[in-house]
Amino acid sequence: MPEFLKRGLHSHEGKLLFVVLALIIFLSLATPSFFTLQNLVDLLTSYAFSGMLAAGLLVVLISGGIDISFTASASVAQYVAMTVANAYHIGWLGVIGICGGVGIVCGLLNAILIGTLGLSSIIVTIATLNVFFGLLMFATHGNEIFALPDWFVNGASWIVYTDKNETPYAFNLQMLGLIGAFVLTALLLTRTNIGRQIYALGSNKDAAQRIGIKVFRLNLLVYGYMGFVAGMASLIQAQDAQSVSPNALVGRELDVLAAVVLGGASLTGGVGTVSGTILGVMLLACLENGLLLLGVPSYWSQCFTGAVILIAVSALAIERQRHRAAARRVMA
Amino acid sequence: MSERSVTAHTPPRATAARFRPSPVLARLSLLLVALLILFTLLLGDKLFNATAIRSMAFQLPELGVLSLAMMIPLLSGGLDLSIIATANLSALAAAYIFTHFGMGDGTGAVIWNILALLAAFGVAGVIGLLNGTVIAYLGVSPILATLGTMTLVKGIAVGLTHGGVISGFPSFMVFIGNGSLFHVPVVLIVFVLVAIPVGVMLARSPFGQKVAMLGSNEQAVRYSGIDTRRVLVRVYLLSALLSAVAGLLMMARFNSANAAYGESYLLITILAAVLGGVDPAGGFGKVSGLVLSLIVLQLVSTAANLLNISQFLSLALWGAVLLGVAGIGRISAWAKPMLKRR
Repeated sequence: MPEFLKRGLHSHEGKLLFVVLALIIFLSLATPSFFTLQNLVDLLTSYAFSGMLAAGLLVVLISGGIDISFTASASVAQYVAMTVANAYHIGWLGVIGICGGVGIVCGLLNAILIGTLGLSSIIVTIATLNVFFGLLMFATHGNEIFALPDWFVNGASWIVYTDKNETPYAFNLQMLGLIGAFVLTALLLTRTNIGRQIYALGSNKDAAQRIGIKVFRLNLLVYGYMGFVAGMASLIQAQDAQSVSPNALVGRELDVLAAVVLGGASLTGGVGTVSGTILGVMLLACLENGLLLLGVPSYWSQCFTGAVILIAVSALAIERQRHRAAARRVMA
Repeated sequence: MSERSVTAHTPPRATAARFRPSPVLARLSLLLVALLILFTLLLGDKLFNATAIRSMAFQLPELGVLSLAMMIPLLSGGLDLSIIATANLSALAAAYIFTHFGMGDGTGAVIWNILALLAAFGVAGVIGLLNGTVIAYLGVSPILATLGTMTLVKGIAVGLTHGGVISGFPSFMVFIGNGSLFHVPVVLIVFVLVAIPVGVMLARSPFGQKVAMLGSNEQAVRYSGIDTRRVLVRVYLLSALLSAVAGLLMMARFNSANAAYGESYLLITILAAVLGGVDPAGGFGKVSGLVLSLIVLQLVSTAANLLNISQFLSLALWGAVLLGVAGIGRISAWAKPMLKRR
């Protein structure tokens, strides 16, 4: 722990952890309902969707790209999966397969277009966001699906703890998905060769190409992974919401981006960690949830979120400027 | 240097070659002609009568002015995600003064009405200066800085109005939104009055040159003795002021103001600008290309509407048009050397 503290003074994650802990301590003292098991369960369940997407987007950002279309891919995936699930008995493996498959197809399409059109990833994915979302709204006429199969609505949960008042606290699918996404992403980024290649690609594309990294193939994997995570996230979101609405998710993409960037990932690629991303999501989640519990009218929560984002990115930039100035002094 | 643009990893020379403005204009004109022929065959008189053309002329300016607001930061190698939020907050500021002080007759009301318009531009100016300062002096990447201001500004608008609508404005605003002068919609006149000076400024003025050079190579511009930070601040200030114009236009058209109007336009403005030949990495782009791309997008959307196709399909078509145009450019660039070799 002391060693971590020492490192924490220097790393972005350490500073972020300090801020998040300070926020949690403040909120725990200020409202009795914040630091409770129930609130923890609620937080994990309702932010699982954004958290999972943040994990996927982190990989894309590290590779030096950006994806804006994932909310549309997620909407398409959950709509297709639930439509099929209502018509046939496909079971859990079936919906997981469809959600993952649709997500991967959307992701691969992004990667192929980015690789062949020579447009930047932000432009391609803004275009595919509109294509996916437009086609989905066109095909479904914007109709929501309210009736989902019983086995899906009931979901799956494992009761892990029952308190004195006999209130059960369950480990549910949302938590499973959230933890799964972060663990999988961490393994991919830090324990595999591919992960090193992704960092290399994001740090210096030309150098990466010269040491023999196949950029197009790696991009297929990166955007395919983002699509897969988006598909899985859409599944647990549909399970949580107990319905599927084609226009419920699109529009949240920039919030997810904000969380990942708060976590220290750089838009120019090569920089970012899973722990930072988790803290970024936690910061925004605790802020929103805390303001609500403090009794601040919900109308103002977005304003606070914006201020925090602005302050955080400014602080990051000032820090980077100072680093660069220090580096220049060393060189001179 | 690369922090300024999201596309830093595409080799600049290749991008520049692909987006040299003239082939884009030619390609867009071809596309426009092809679309006109297609829609004439499909729709005939339904598309080319006075009512349809007038409705197009009424719809185009909002997206048009917003796209101009997006285009200037794009040229400088940045991006402004806060344009819609700025437009709405400025409109709300004006709306508040209009509805509280500006109604009725007499010089008092006139002064209040002028103050209302000034308030809109004042609010936008503050936001623009905030964006510009954070981006230029703190070195935050534009996409992040404006993502923050977007959330903050929208948050302020939602907080103040509780998400409600302010409506009921003096008659001259209604006239701007829905009236016509010599059968030309006033909104279109406003758009032309905004687009021409902006186009001239970007193409001919020293400021415009600096903006484009900033987008091509910021370091070179700084080393040649230009205060890039001041230019950047002005870029975002201008973008915010144009957003205020767009906000007032939206407010005049809907005869109301709200914190969430036009949000779906945000990413569309980037599409429109890029389709119009603005290089998303900065440096290249003309207002004429943007106007052409806006006409293409509007034509697609109106035709889809007349063909009784869902408005969402035209959203998909807009995305597809951009990808298609880029694809054609790619294929022709790939085919040219093969043809020459023969």
